[in-house]
Amino acid sequence: MASIKDHKSHELGLHQEVLTGRTQQVFFNPEEVENFYYYDSYDVDFNKRTTIDVTKLDCVAVNKKIKDLMKKGYGTIVLKNPGAKHSLGVGILNKLNLIIEGSLGYFGVGSIDGPVVRISGRVGWSCAENMMAGKVVIEKNAGSCFGAAIRGGDLICKGSVGARSGIDMKGGTIIVGGNAGAFTGFMMQRGRIIILGDVGPNLGDSLYDGTIFVGGKIGSLGADAVEAEMTDLDRFWLKRKLKVAEINKKVDYSKITKIVSGKKLWNYDNLEPTERKGAI
Amino acid sequence: MAKKKIKKILKNKSSKDTGIKTAREKMIGQHIGYRYDVNLLPDYNRLTPFLKKYIEHMGWDDLNWLEDVHMGYESGKPAVFDRNVNGWVTAPPNMKLPKDQQDRDMIARELLIKFQMSPKHPLVILKKAYQKFD
Repeated sequence: MASIKDHKSHELGLHQEVLTGRTQQVFFNPEEVENFYYYDSYDVDFNKRTTIDVTKLDCVAVNKKIKDLMKKGYGTIVLKNPGAKHSLGVGILNKLNLIIEGSLGYFGVGSIDGPVVRISGRVGWSCAENMMAGKVVIEKNAGSCFGAAIRGGDLICKGSVGARSGIDMKGGTIIVGGNAGAFTGFMMQRGRIIILGDVGPNLGDSLYDGTIFVGGKIGSLGADAVEAEMTDLDRFWLKRKLKVAEINKKVDYSKITKIVSGKKLWNYDNLEPTERKGAI
Repeated sequence: MAKKKIKKILKNKSSKDTGIKTAREKMIGQHIGYRYDVNLLPDYNRLTPFLKKYIEHMGWDDLNWLEDVHMGYESGKPAVFDRNVNGWVTAPPNMKLPKDQQDRDMIARELLIKFQMSPKHPLVILKKAYQKFD
């Protein structure tokens, strides 16, 4: 077993660092130069295009190949014959145009930070789970837990999605052109969900914060989800966002329902037993 | 004895936290909720030139993940939350901030991008120390 003392973090003096949680203070340096790249990310050119045939490759080989191509400066990569394989296109922390000609299995394009992804087929469970930034457009339907725990970016499904879409989401926007299943926005903490069709029961159950817009019928509202008034800024933003989502459906903005948190569950641990009953 | 201690803690907490106003907050001894509107949608008429350049560079149509970034507060000072380090980044003390939340949020977005892309970002040091493969 390797000794902890041998780790290179000791050379950098990190072993003396005391983890103090929220007391950490970081100050912005105003002399930072203009830079749009994460440290260690690749400078890619969108006009440099290539193709990967996924037929005989497993997901690890495909993901490694994508990284190698980005290193070489390819900014547009097309995946052919994805065959609904799982975990394709995950962990891309770079700007990139990724085009997937076909369908994805479970956990497709998860933990991405920056790329624009277009998928011509369907996607399985937990598509774009933990997405940080970028844009994902799916032409057909998606499975359950669509956009689970996303933190940022635009996740668009032009068809319908399964249950628990946007579960535990902490930011970003999920846009669904069709219908959504039960428990949409379950334990949502921040961000926005737009569903142009109908939505199943328990919408926004245990919603902590964030906003849900529904164009069709709502099965039922979950605990602590309440209806709110639409503002002009909401309508203006919706119009602009649906253009970004490339959804050409005619939308009647006057029929959209806005759902927000009733905030009865806030600081739940500090509520009295009788108050907890009332909140749920 | 224990009750006195709890009362003392609550007293100290409320004296420091000026956001405690409602009866419910006084009862539990802490502020409920955010002190700025986390659900405020960005006004695109107030985009800064830097943010316009950033959007163009990334090949996006809008602010994308930055729509969720707002100017908040840490220990009473204006600060922006960096999800990558899970901490608040305090704005430079000499920086004059506008009163309007929309304008403040645009500045917060700009600060955050510059901070995250900096080679001095804490994650860069961690990556150098703990990276297992390229």
